[in-house]
Amino acid sequence: MKQALGAVRRKFQPWNDPASRPFIEFRNVSKQFGSFTAVDHQTLTVFEREFHALLGPSGCGKTTLLRMLAGFEEPSEGEIWLDGKNLAGVPPHRRPVNMMFQSYALFPHMSVEKNIAFGLKQDGMPRGEIAARVDEMLKLVKLEPFAKRRPDKLSGGQRQRVALARALAKRPKVLLLDEPLGALDKKLREATQFELVGLQESLGLTFLIVTHDQEEAMTVADRISVMKEGKIAQIATPAEIYEAPSSRYVADFIGSVNVFEGTVESSSPGRLQLETDQGFTVRTATAPVLGAGTKAWFAVRPEKMRIDHDRPEGDGVNMVSGEVWDIGYLGDVTVYNVRLDSGKLVRASVMNAQRAVARPISWEERVWLSWSDDAGVILLD
Amino acid sequence: MRRFSTFNLVSVTFGFAFLYLPIVILIIYSFNASRLVTVWAGFSTQWYVALLHDQAILDAAWVTIRVALFSATVATVLGTMAAIVLVRRRRFIGRTLFSGMIYAPIVMPDVITGLSLLLLFVALNFDRGFWTVALAHTSFTMCFVAVVVQSRLLSFDLSLEEAALDLGAPPFRAFFLVTLPVIFPAVAAGWMLAFTLSLDDLVISSFTTGPGATTLPMKIYSQVRLGVTPEINAVCTILVALVTIGVLIASVVGKTGMRATEAA
Amino acid sequence: MAEKERTSLSRRVVTWIPYAWLVVFFLIPCLIVLKISLSQTALAIPPYEPVFSTFADIRDKVGEFSLDSFALLTQDSLYWLSYLSSLEIAAISTILLLIIGYPIAYGLARANPSIRPYLLMLIILPFWTSFLIRVYAWIGILKPEGLLNQLLISLHLISQPLAITNTNWAVYIGIVYSYLPFMVLPLYATLEKLDVTLLEAASDLGATPLKAFWQVTFPISLPGVAAGALLVFIPAVGEFVIPDLLGGSDTLMIGKTLWHEFFDNRDWPVASAVAIVLLVALVVPIVLFQNAQSRAQGAK
Repeated sequence: MKQALGAVRRKFQPWNDPASRPFIEFRNVSKQFGSFTAVDHQTLTVFEREFHALLGPSGCGKTTLLRMLAGFEEPSEGEIWLDGKNLAGVPPHRRPVNMMFQSYALFPHMSVEKNIAFGLKQDGMPRGEIAARVDEMLKLVKLEPFAKRRPDKLSGGQRQRVALARALAKRPKVLLLDEPLGALDKKLREATQFELVGLQESLGLTFLIVTHDQEEAMTVADRISVMKEGKIAQIATPAEIYEAPSSRYVADFIGSVNVFEGTVESSSPGRLQLETDQGFTVRTATAPVLGAGTKAWFAVRPEKMRIDHDRPEGDGVNMVSGEVWDIGYLGDVTVYNVRLDSGKLVRASVMNAQRAVARPISWEERVWLSWSDDAGVILLD
Repeated sequence: MRRFSTFNLVSVTFGFAFLYLPIVILIIYSFNASRLVTVWAGFSTQWYVALLHDQAILDAAWVTIRVALFSATVATVLGTMAAIVLVRRRRFIGRTLFSGMIYAPIVMPDVITGLSLLLLFVALNFDRGFWTVALAHTSFTMCFVAVVVQSRLLSFDLSLEEAALDLGAPPFRAFFLVTLPVIFPAVAAGWMLAFTLSLDDLVISSFTTGPGATTLPMKIYSQVRLGVTPEINAVCTILVALVTIGVLIASVVGKTGMRATEAA
Repeated sequence: MAEKERTSLSRRVVTWIPYAWLVVFFLIPCLIVLKISLSQTALAIPPYEPVFSTFADIRDKVGEFSLDSFALLTQDSLYWLSYLSSLEIAAISTILLLIIGYPIAYGLARANPSIRPYLLMLIILPFWTSFLIRVYAWIGILKPEGLLNQLLISLHLISQPLAITNTNWAVYIGIVYSYLPFMVLPLYATLEKLDVTLLEAASDLGATPLKAFWQVTFPISLPGVAAGALLVFIPAVGEFVIPDLLGGSDTLMIGKTLWHEFFDNRDWPVASAVAIVLLVALVVPIVLFQNAQSRAQGAK
């Protein structure tokens, strides 16, 4: 049986099922602003009921993708399809998607309930139905006592809920979230992330979220598109992105990672040996077959490394020694920065499973770092 | 969104045409050879030459400039003080009355301001003439200066002045060495505004003037009532040209000043 | 301690100089107008006797106060017709200014930010040129043999010159033209601050551009509409130059009536009474304006 990478949140994997129908499709989409290319010939498929995150640093084109789906920007090239319909030329107010804006964009001259009712009124929904739907939404985001308040009399967290309720009120085919939690403090943000997930599952809607916060993307999304300079670097589940990044960029963007450059020594299915520039040898079980002499990188996460005073047993591969340069005690984990003889700093983190340690590692001590055959990945880019 | 742009372009263009066409026409006809203002009879500068020999107009212009210089300068000092009071002194006896006396004259119809000031001068048995006009102009223009300077002072970073105080400057000196230089563009703009309002005023001058103090707008008004003449077109053209040059210089100076204070 | 006292002294001086000036040149003159409006017409026959009085004097003279001038205002229909007509002309002009000024302000606020300061300067520039000149410029355009009629006749749109000068229409045009910057600037200030994402949100929730304008942009710009309307309505009510130069003999405006009462009839008490009634009529809008101003300042 194939081992699963990391934790799996729910049994929902339409992307692995060739029979499932795409819901949102960006087909070879480009967007140019003057001479600046915000999105460069990208294709992306999102499935119905999927929670998909567009993740990347600012200026990587993630917000532009979202705004093109909402209709605020028209693609310079390519097509966007939603539920089997080409959206080209459809103005924003006729698209069955709703957006939760980064600034929330709550109408300052309207009460909470008027804000939530705004979209329903545009559709000409009967008054009674609007009132019922608004009540339902207020209950959903737990804002019933604040129905008559103006947005400027609400806290940041409450405003965020109004924005969410307003965008959900029309039961859109897709809910677009543009950095929805950016303005909240850390504690509230984390709590809200789980609420968003619960909401998405219970309503059965498709969510497309834009964020630069990798933790947020990992928490909420079924799949993540990691973006870089107008291109999608990798589309995969959070666990795959973390455990099997496709490039150094993705590996580095999500979490922290140690990367060693080297040359392939030998390679066969299920086994690859790499001679690093640091003078130690890496052996890994998870790699494609590559020709000897190919330049490649070995990436390994700090928590996959062991740190010991003594040289570990074994055949001398997957280990390297160095001097403890820096120790960061973070409570749950301790992070060691180890300086190799070449001067390169390598990071290893150790879970503090016990309160006391018999033989603690301290500054300037000589230590050995080691890892197993399946701890890291070989990257070609 | 594109559709809006066309609409915006049309409305802005129409707005500017509406604002500028009458003035442009007036300027063009000041170079008309014909005495008849509505018939074009070739280019001529004769009306400008005629102006140079019209002593009454020249006298009126001189009075107007002196009044404007005096009143703008005094109004700037008073208005800046008033702005400081409005912004910095949140509580004192009669603050509501004070701010009311700043805002009310701005919207008060000129006829009332003019009449009330005249009655004051009569009551005080002042000889009406240059000084009464100048005082009247000072008191209505200082309110405009106060509003202009006030809006700049509100955005002034108080920590600059506090830094000066912290470094040992007494409050008065801190104001002159730090605050005043920073808000200077607004003070200068206030002066310009007061100067132009004074140059421009007809109604208040007419009420408060006396023998020998006829201002240019009064002179123009008395001639305009008799009909449109090319001489008046010429006077107007000169005024428009002077004001335009003044505003352009002020905006260039203001911009460099603004940039300097932003950099600080 | 000495330092502290000097500070408060300089503060007091800075406060009291402009305060005293405003009291002498604004408040007292207004009170004098009130006093003279209450005095007998006979008192005011030119040359006018200096009657500056202390408060004690005023108390002594209360018995002599006469409401004759005010009575005249109610009896002679000229006065209250002037008031009504002024309010009407100012109201119509304000509405016209809103209709013309709003699209201009909107266009400016949506213009490319790099050219906005220049456009704004072009709006303000005519304001710096003489009011009188701007009104005068329209005489040449609007009069029967003027340029507008010449143009319309040459285009065969009309056969007879339109009589525009000496009608209320000329006054509307004059007021709209002269006051346009005062309407555009406050509107621009609120429209420029309007967050564009609000319009995107409205559009995202299904509002057509027109609906988004009426349900979002316009309500949010209402403070600017109010400021602009008050800023033009109040002075327009008391306008003298425009009705005098562009309007006809049957254009009744209170500023004009006051002027003629004062300069032509030399009836100072009646002129003062007219001023007092005008002031009272404008107190409510002036207070509204002042409140709007201080609220706008406080919000910053």
